Amino acid sequence: MLVKRCFASERRLPAKESEACGLFGVMDITGKRFGGEMAISAMKNIKVRGNGLGGGFAVYGLYPEYRDYYALHIMFQNKMAKEQVESYLVENFNIVYDEEIPTNPDVNLFCPPLVWRYFVAPKKKGEEQALSDDDFVVSRVMYINTSIEDACVFSSGKDMGVFKGVGFPEEIAAYFRLAELYAGYLWTAHSRFPTNTPGWWGGAHPFSILDWTVVHNGEISSYGTNRRFLEMHNYYCTLFTDTEVMAYAVDLLMRRQGLPIEVVSRIFAPPLWDLIEHMEEREKKLYSTLRMVYAPLLINGPFTVIVAHQNEMFGLTDRIRLRPITAGAKGDLVFLSSEEAAIRCVCPDLDLAWTPRGGEPVVVRQGSRDHLLSLPESV
Amino acid sequence: MYSYLLPEFIVERREDRCIACRVCERQCANDVHAYDPELERMVSRAEACVGCQRCAVLCPTGALLIRPHPAEYRPNSSWTREKLQDLKKQAETGGVILTGSGNDKPYRIYWDHLVLNASQVTNPSIDPLREPMELKTFLGRKPDTLEIDLDNGGVKIESALHPNVPVATPIVFSAMSYGAISYQAFQSLARAAKEAGTLFNTGEGGLPKEMRAAYGGNAIVQCASGRFGVDPEYLNCAAVIEIKIGQGAKPGIGGHLPGEKVSENISVTRMIPRGTDALSPAPQHDIYSIEDLSMLIYALKEATNYEKPVSVKIAAVHNVAAIASGMVRAGADIIAIDGLRGGTGAAPKIIRDNVGIPIELALAAVDKRLREEGIRNKCSILAAGGIRCSADVVKAIALGADAVYIGTAALVAMGCTLCQKCYTGKCNWGICTQDPYLAKRLNPEIAGRRLVNLLHGWSHEIKEMLGGMGINAIESLRGNREHLRGVGLAEWELDVLGVKGAGE
Repeated sequence: MLVKRCFASERRLPAKESEACGLFGVMDITGKRFGGEMAISAMKNIKVRGNGLGGGFAVYGLYPEYRDYYALHIMFQNKMAKEQVESYLVENFNIVYDEEIPTNPDVNLFCPPLVWRYFVAPKKKGEEQALSDDDFVVSRVMYINTSIEDACVFSSGKDMGVFKGVGFPEEIAAYFRLAELYAGYLWTAHSRFPTNTPGWWGGAHPFSILDWTVVHNGEISSYGTNRRFLEMHNYYCTLFTDTEVMAYAVDLLMRRQGLPIEVVSRIFAPPLWDLIEHMEEREKKLYSTLRMVYAPLLINGPFTVIVAHQNEMFGLTDRIRLRPITAGAKGDLVFLSSEEAAIRCVCPDLDLAWTPRGGEPVVVRQGSRDHLLSLPESV
Repeated sequence: MYSYLLPEFIVERREDRCIACRVCERQCANDVHAYDPELERMVSRAEACVGCQRCAVLCPTGALLIRPHPAEYRPNSSWTREKLQDLKKQAETGGVILTGSGNDKPYRIYWDHLVLNASQVTNPSIDPLREPMELKTFLGRKPDTLEIDLDNGGVKIESALHPNVPVATPIVFSAMSYGAISYQAFQSLARAAKEAGTLFNTGEGGLPKEMRAAYGGNAIVQCASGRFGVDPEYLNCAAVIEIKIGQGAKPGIGGHLPGEKVSENISVTRMIPRGTDALSPAPQHDIYSIEDLSMLIYALKEATNYEKPVSVKIAAVHNVAAIASGMVRAGADIIAIDGLRGGTGAAPKIIRDNVGIPIELALAAVDKRLREEGIRNKCSILAAGGIRCSADVVKAIALGADAVYIGTAALVAMGCTLCQKCYTGKCNWGICTQDPYLAKRLNPEIAGRRLVNLLHGWSHEIKEMLGGMGINAIESLRGNREHLRGVGLAEWELDVLGVKGAGE
């Protein structure tokens, strides 16, 4: 993104991966922080949805002591990449604190890279002072991802972080010692089942830009259309997975264009024309305009996605519900998952469990009960 | 008739079947068949036959067989029979050889070298008979983003939008003017477009006044180099206005409707005196540059209160991508690109067969260029010229088109057999003629029904193909080259198309 790179011909683009996955998300709507046990046990419960080639977690409310700084989780496959990245970081940021992310060496994983975290503040120069901090960070992250070999930024938001790698999610959790060391008010988790590529640590979910994270299950048949549209807005897809498209689309619509989740979900999974025809005039105009203008961002094909950022999480499945999603609630905790079993496994006495309609978002917000809006029309 | 020419067709009559009913004689405007009262049987003049097959189809006893004349000169790969015959014609007349319909030369047809994708296992295919499947398409300029107001308890769109025209299926009838085609054929297209929820294109011959109220809402009205029939009401009754710069069958060439075809009604519609030649100059004489184009675009928008999208149609030529980009920047809301195989009512054969580039390559190049410049959303692309079936439509959309124009396919649906004699005005099928005796053979109700059937059949096939790919809305196919693979194409061709080879 914000990195213009053109192939001589689109024919040269690497093929897209396809995969199927297990998803889980849990949030405390009062903002109370809790450990990773629930997310980890839920992922164990739906082990069959992954194949050990990728697992990961996103945690919000992770670094309250550094909440004003961008927390960069960066993976290096060799020392040289680290040197390159660090000299680049020094040039562009004031680094407040950095350290290696602690790991458990007894957990045996496939080629673990070095993963380091940096707490930074942007060092903007010249014309770039007009850029917002977020846009500045995005452009630097994209530079590292596209131009420095063997380095990959896992996450770059404030007070949050992504831990991911090649292995089953519980192995990744054990490797990064998530259960012992961390707490947060919102956890999302992903177990990956790629069907055509060996795992790569940077290719595991969650995908993240700034404090947006996406975990996703599905194969997007509109990938080519979506990718081309995003390229027009300078998002250059480098990882060739469906999820990357989702992450950038979320960033474009929600952060850059400021659209609310409720509108964005209607762009990803719009109502059918037949339904729009029967709406009242105002809604009809809204939905037909959204479909007309954002047609290239309709996400077609089966998908379920859980998107999270500060104080907010939402789950959405495609408009004809070709992939499963279930929501659950118990007190102040709200759950989203590919399978109800995963939720019941970590919270056997749920107050509520429901399956939202295709294309109907479940929006979980701090201090609100908006998630219940999807309940009346649930399946 | 020319001397020294071999007949193009041979007329074989099975005497044991012929009952001398003289249907063939009445049906043939070329006077091929005649009844010889002395011999008491039908006789034929094969040299006048154009091979339109009207007589063979209508012969009640199936007595006629019309096929290409088997006589051959000494075989020669360079000096083919066609080349020899053309030389003889020109030696005799000193003229330009005319022809009708599209380029029939064996240039590579890229549609036939592209194959489509389908879902297996990781992604379910969708059955359009059981699940919703959407083809609705909007033609026009889209904004980069929407301003949305969230304050008043609801969501409201604040942005002013450019006009967009919806079509129920991404297939639009190409420009065929009243004058080039008969009133009946013109009306058939209008009826079908209205019934099927799509558009027809008036071509440059105007829109008869009596049709404006009923069919204006489904019309793309052309403003071409001759400016025939252009008045404020014509522009304002339409759905879309199209500035015609060029045509795939004859890039760089104007048009000529001979005075004999300019009947009373055509003279009124085109606003020219009856019996005068209607000459369309090769360029628009007020457009010698891109700035001039912009002025005409905005003049038309002013004339219609910015309520209609303005399309600009060009022939696909070598530099098409750069030209298209200029057109979008000049204010065109739709760009129509007509490829090498686009049809015509009349064109110099040498132009039709040698000028322009195939639509597939032009379309891919234009789509890529507009995306690279970040302006693809500022226009819709209509691809034209050689769209023969629903698979061609799907492939065109995957290469970046918003919708396609069909001309020849629509004519064939009405009865045309591509005899290429449109310029003679003697169309036995009543399509490309102003002779009332011939034109009344075409019943607009029946021909309109056949066109609607065609659109219906194609739309259904498109839905099946989309469903197979796991897509349930046509917009998710647009520019989605991931669903195309090339077979039997060279590297450079795949590169231009932006498509991987099969198995890659």
